[in-house]
Amino acid sequence: MDLEYSSEYQTFRDDLREFLAEHKHLSPGAVAPRPAGREEKKDEPNPAQRWQQLLIEHGYAARTIPREYGGFGAEPDPLKNHIIAEEFAKARVRPGHSGDNRLVPTVLELGTEEQKRWLVPPSVRGEMTWCQGYSEPGSGSDLASLSTRAEVDGDDFVINGQKIWTSGAQYADMMFCLVRTEPDAPKHQGISYLVFSMDTPGIEVRPLVTMTGEATFNEVFFTDTRVPKNQIIGKRGEGWFVANNTLKHERQGLGDPHQAENRFHEIEALLQNENVDGEPIMSNPAHRDRLLQLQGRMLAMKYNGMRVLTAQRKHEEPGLPRWIIKLQGCELNHQMAAMAIDALGELGTLYHRSDHIRAGGMWQQRFMMDLGLIIGGGTAQIQKNMIGERALGLPKEPKIEDKPA
Amino acid sequence: MDFALNEEQQFLQQTVKDLLNDQCSLEVVRTDAAENQTKNASVYDALIQLGIPGTLIGENYGGVGLRLLDAALIAEALGGSVATVPFIGSSVVAPLAIELAGSDEQKDTWLPRLASGEIICGVAVGDHIGARDNKPISSTGAIVSGSAMFAIDVQDADLFLVAAANGELHLVEASDVEVKRLYTIDKTRSVGELLFENARSDNLASTSDQEATLAKVIGAGRVVVAADTLGAAQTMLDKAVAYAGERQQFKRVIGSFQAVKHMCAEMAAELEPCRSLVWYAAHAFDAIPEDARLTACHAKAHLAEVGRFVARKATEVHGGMGFTDLLGLHYWFKRIELNRQLMGTPEFVRNEAAKVQGWI
Repeated sequence: MDLEYSSEYQTFRDDLREFLAEHKHLSPGAVAPRPAGREEKKDEPNPAQRWQQLLIEHGYAARTIPREYGGFGAEPDPLKNHIIAEEFAKARVRPGHSGDNRLVPTVLELGTEEQKRWLVPPSVRGEMTWCQGYSEPGSGSDLASLSTRAEVDGDDFVINGQKIWTSGAQYADMMFCLVRTEPDAPKHQGISYLVFSMDTPGIEVRPLVTMTGEATFNEVFFTDTRVPKNQIIGKRGEGWFVANNTLKHERQGLGDPHQAENRFHEIEALLQNENVDGEPIMSNPAHRDRLLQLQGRMLAMKYNGMRVLTAQRKHEEPGLPRWIIKLQGCELNHQMAAMAIDALGELGTLYHRSDHIRAGGMWQQRFMMDLGLIIGGGTAQIQKNMIGERALGLPKEPKIEDKPA
Repeated sequence: MDFALNEEQQFLQQTVKDLLNDQCSLEVVRTDAAENQTKNASVYDALIQLGIPGTLIGENYGGVGLRLLDAALIAEALGGSVATVPFIGSSVVAPLAIELAGSDEQKDTWLPRLASGEIICGVAVGDHIGARDNKPISSTGAIVSGSAMFAIDVQDADLFLVAAANGELHLVEASDVEVKRLYTIDKTRSVGELLFENARSDNLASTSDQEATLAKVIGAGRVVVAADTLGAAQTMLDKAVAYAGERQQFKRVIGSFQAVKHMCAEMAAELEPCRSLVWYAAHAFDAIPEDARLTACHAKAHLAEVGRFVARKATEVHGGMGFTDLLGLHYWFKRIELNRQLMGTPEFVRNEAAKVQGWI
């Protein structure tokens, strides 16, 4: 147990702080602005892309992606990633990216050389953006039952069907998509993983308005959409294996304990600054105790994250401490938003830029969005199945059928 | 940056666990409980052989000179086996208080005897963790009077550490104290009421700020109580998972039903981060003083909440059998419930956490 950083990491942190102080003004803002529509894109790199390039050159973005594919080419080092995330958050500067944290690692691991050169460098530069075509109206938690078909016709796959919950489909340049290519095979063995441009004829994107009132997600419809046969990642029928690789990368992001810690400090300030009957909310013991309960949970998750990080540094499988992060972290975030809303009382119901609204309705928006995150990326119930089966070794539910309907 | 146990710590904990698995089985605990025995002589002797009572006492006084994290790992093992031995008062709070506030002479007198297991020291800090039926402990120099409820490790104690209402810390020998045993739901722990009538005391007055010392040792006690709950709850979870993987109904093991599987997953998801919280709070006591008091409060309060949740759910996973004396799960359930209230209830310590942060 030693929570000090060695001189190598202290130097890395100092250099990063210096870099941020010097270049912060070039950052396009802490929060990503809504991307331009695809048709509005220009050939010149925009400020976000120039910022990304600067970060890559200094090793603060796309760190472990090989240089030949446009990255910085460093050895994986979870502690340096952690320091980067921490310092960018502290400085409120927009962090860099690694292209797409689901697609790029998958292509690097399982794509052909040609595919890596085609897809990775522009993704890393931020010139090629992605959306994920996995879920379907009839295939949510049971993703492997998906029924969007791709039939071979000459040199192409011809896709027909529908995807749903596609974040950013209205802005993305490309989609990575699961389709059924072997309808007669058992459900997990009949799927292929395709990549294609969103400009391909036969794709229609319809915004899906959620309870927040915004269209974060979309429905995507395919009608005789033709995709060349060489735009498959992995082999035909092995898409499920390829997709699990992607899901592994996606799950790592949800439930991040830093987010809960930031929220805790925001609520602490809220309780100190908002008054009810002329008294700060913090003077009400019921609200205070609720905040303290959440602080206890938050600290437990924060230190749990440090334990996971330590295991990753030693190339050990973190096991249970990592399995629980999505479930516990998303729930904690939701409870924090709920607490903030209750502290605001009736003010916590204001929405749509109403008079008297606090923080632009941030807590109201988060409260609803968090519920979406509890459900999305593998529902809380699916997470509990995974914890029960993979971490605790309990048996699976007996299967009723193995073939798609 | 290394947030993990080192090999020595893992070895220490495994050694204590192995010893307890071998010598402090449920049958031993049952027998002790039936006889109102909260200090099993042979288990305690075996722990003395390992040097456990001297864990936190310096080597110059015959102890092992380890840190609070090591004591927490031991407490976790003791909780895991619902062991009927003194530890939290006699081997954590008392030696730390003497170390921090005692004179050289007081240390020379008491620490070697505590380290060797020759004497046991009960601990009463009731006036400072939410006094109930206490008559406040008053002190004038080396004389104390009053009563203290919920003193711990009182059985066979030769010495008592008592915190007076004014924050002074006193050592009183058993011959000057009337000890009334209190019978709690938890038959594995020794709890009592201490009555002092102009008792001669050895005032631990070698520090300028006895109240700060008191707060510090109470914090250490809270971390170690939390660790005891962690161990007890982990055992309950392990038993629940084992039972769910074995018990059959409707021609299936019940752990394949999501209703049961999800209870197990929820317990694991709640309990696993508690381990990190206990580690951090224990480490902070020795290495991060600015975080120590706050994280001790949170470890105590959060483990109380999660401990109760696990105790209840693990019992439910066992169905009707969980409710019986046959399986003996209730020993862990009750230990967790006593721990919840000891050294400050969750509400009390959270309120203290608010004060520590300057919120009130």
